[in-house]
Amino acid sequence: MTTTAPSTPERDTAPATVRSWHQPQLPRGAGWYALLLAVVLASGLHVGLGLALIPSLLVGWTVLGLGLPALSYAIEGRRKAFDRLVTVVVSSAFALAMVPLVSILWTVLKNGLPVLSSEFFTYSMRNVVGEGGGIYHAIWGTVLVTAAAAVMAVPLGLLTAIFLVEYGGEGRLAKIIRFLVDVMTGIPSIVAGLFAYALFVIFFGPGVRMGFAGAVALTVLMTPVVVRSCEEMLQLVPNELREAAYALGVPRWRTVVKVVLPTALAGLVTGITLAVARVIGETAPLLITVGITDSTNVNLFDGRMATLPVFTYSSIMSPGVPPEPSIARAWGAALVLMLIVMVLNLVARLVTYFFSPKDKR
Amino acid sequence: MTDTSTPPPPTENAGSAPSKGRVGDRVFLGLSRGAALTILVILAGVAIFLTAEGIPGITASPDEVKSGKTFLAFVLPLVFGTLWSATLALLIAVPLAVAVALFVTYYVPRRFGQTLGYVIDLLAAVPSVVFGLWGMRVLAGQLVGPYEWLEANLGFLPFFGGPASATGRTILTAAIVLAVMILPIVTAIAREVFRQTPVLLQEAALALGATRWEMIRTVVLPHGRSGMIGGAMLGLGRALGETMAVAMVLSASGVITFNLISSTNPSTIPANIALQFNEASGLTVNALIASGLVLFLITFAVNFGARAVVNRRKEFSGADA
Repeated sequence: MTTTAPSTPERDTAPATVRSWHQPQLPRGAGWYALLLAVVLASGLHVGLGLALIPSLLVGWTVLGLGLPALSYAIEGRRKAFDRLVTVVVSSAFALAMVPLVSILWTVLKNGLPVLSSEFFTYSMRNVVGEGGGIYHAIWGTVLVTAAAAVMAVPLGLLTAIFLVEYGGEGRLAKIIRFLVDVMTGIPSIVAGLFAYALFVIFFGPGVRMGFAGAVALTVLMTPVVVRSCEEMLQLVPNELREAAYALGVPRWRTVVKVVLPTALAGLVTGITLAVARVIGETAPLLITVGITDSTNVNLFDGRMATLPVFTYSSIMSPGVPPEPSIARAWGAALVLMLIVMVLNLVARLVTYFFSPKDKR
Repeated sequence: MTDTSTPPPPTENAGSAPSKGRVGDRVFLGLSRGAALTILVILAGVAIFLTAEGIPGITASPDEVKSGKTFLAFVLPLVFGTLWSATLALLIAVPLAVAVALFVTYYVPRRFGQTLGYVIDLLAAVPSVVFGLWGMRVLAGQLVGPYEWLEANLGFLPFFGGPASATGRTILTAAIVLAVMILPIVTAIAREVFRQTPVLLQEAALALGATRWEMIRTVVLPHGRSGMIGGAMLGLGRALGETMAVAMVLSASGVITFNLISSTNPSTIPANIALQFNEASGLTVNALIASGLVLFLITFAVNFGARAVVNRRKEFSGADA
């Protein structure tokens, strides 16, 4: 950086060798032209000359990533050239990160959409061999297990958040709990499943499989997420509101219930919805605690249940003979699962958007 | 534990005296503190129950478990596979995530940056089983060609020694899927630290004539270093514990090898549990639970370290990422 500004004495003695303040520059938007050129080149190679997609893209990228900095080096100097190189690299990194996302959405839609039918949603896999059957039983299982987990995790998480914000403050217990909640966020999902299994084995003996054990595993995964998001939301409630309530002689617990919670409601709903979206796709803990079955089972305390993620997994890993219908069902279930998660995320964002204070939009 | 008498900071004078004796307040405080303590109990419970059920598996003699090995011989290749795949995933994901975070923070207009950030977060919303499905049915097939090319041209390196897998379901494929899965959280944390870089410093750098990259190199990256390290370690924690993607993508044979593209690959602890658990019985189950305990300890240590690094910097968490 220190090389740019020519020092004054230098300018006096040798004006001819000093770079001008107005260095020559590439025209504005040179980067975009280069990008356009690269895209034209790549598509020309791919469509016109029949080169495979990936090599054509590589050639196009090389022209963009090396050509533009080289040109810039010749005209604008080393520093600008390096800046342009970094711009190209950083933008390509983003494009590269988009590839798997687009590819996943595309393949799941392409393979899943043809499977969806009214039969797919209204039939279980009971007595189905080969084609036909559906995910009715798995939808029930997912809804019940997730709901049971939410019933346990939401009060636990919300009350913990209330303790941290309203009572704990910066006390030692609050600090420890905050830290442990953070650490708990990182518990691998399979470890949560093993925990639930180890817990239930004590009461029900080896080989236990039941929906409720899965719900316990999901609770372990869900609670820290609920705590963190609720804590964040409760901290956003202005202290003036609390103080106004105290000044009116309202007890603290009524202040929390009647003032703090309603004020933060939209944020709390958002946080909880995101937490549900997070655990509804969990596979590993349910695989080892709930298992899989072909029939509809709506009793959380009695034996195996089917859930959408485990259904997807077992349809693809043990498809039976012939495998094609089972693999197709796996894609269909994956699509339904992704739609559920996306809808939950959308609902969460909409709640924030419509119920947050107007000036915060 | 005597903090009943400590009023919270905002209500130092207003709240303490009148609310002390009320029954409602005491009940409410008891409930919320009870919930907070339950969190401690759960965390302790995870450790205790895993240990209780795992110890018989650790002490079991080789002929009592399915693997036919002592626990150490059983778990060491798995630990290696877990660390190896997570390290590879990290090597791929962290540079990419930092670049993506720089892109959405400094290279696009603020409005678009927000939206593009959401798009990256969408990746975090994809269930892991869908990643696994995509990895084994789509990505693995696409990588067979490149793997053969690597074997032919870089085969002298031990990493690409081959013979290249014909299905593409290798440890490198699994690591790429893992990298995609941890990309959102590492990006989210990197974005957060980059956003917290003081604007004055950035503008000062630009005013001195720095190009955008020079501004980033001299101001943004040094400021965000500890945040990036913490984010990377959180990503590592995720990658270590990720189960389904590895279980579905990898065709594992439980060897210890650094070869990235062959068809004999080390397995990982979580994937091995997922694949073996439902067929296991007796002490084999305990051995699997014990391997889960090992995983728990590894991830606990990594997350503990990550949180310590991240929290030292500023208040943010990956909980909502």
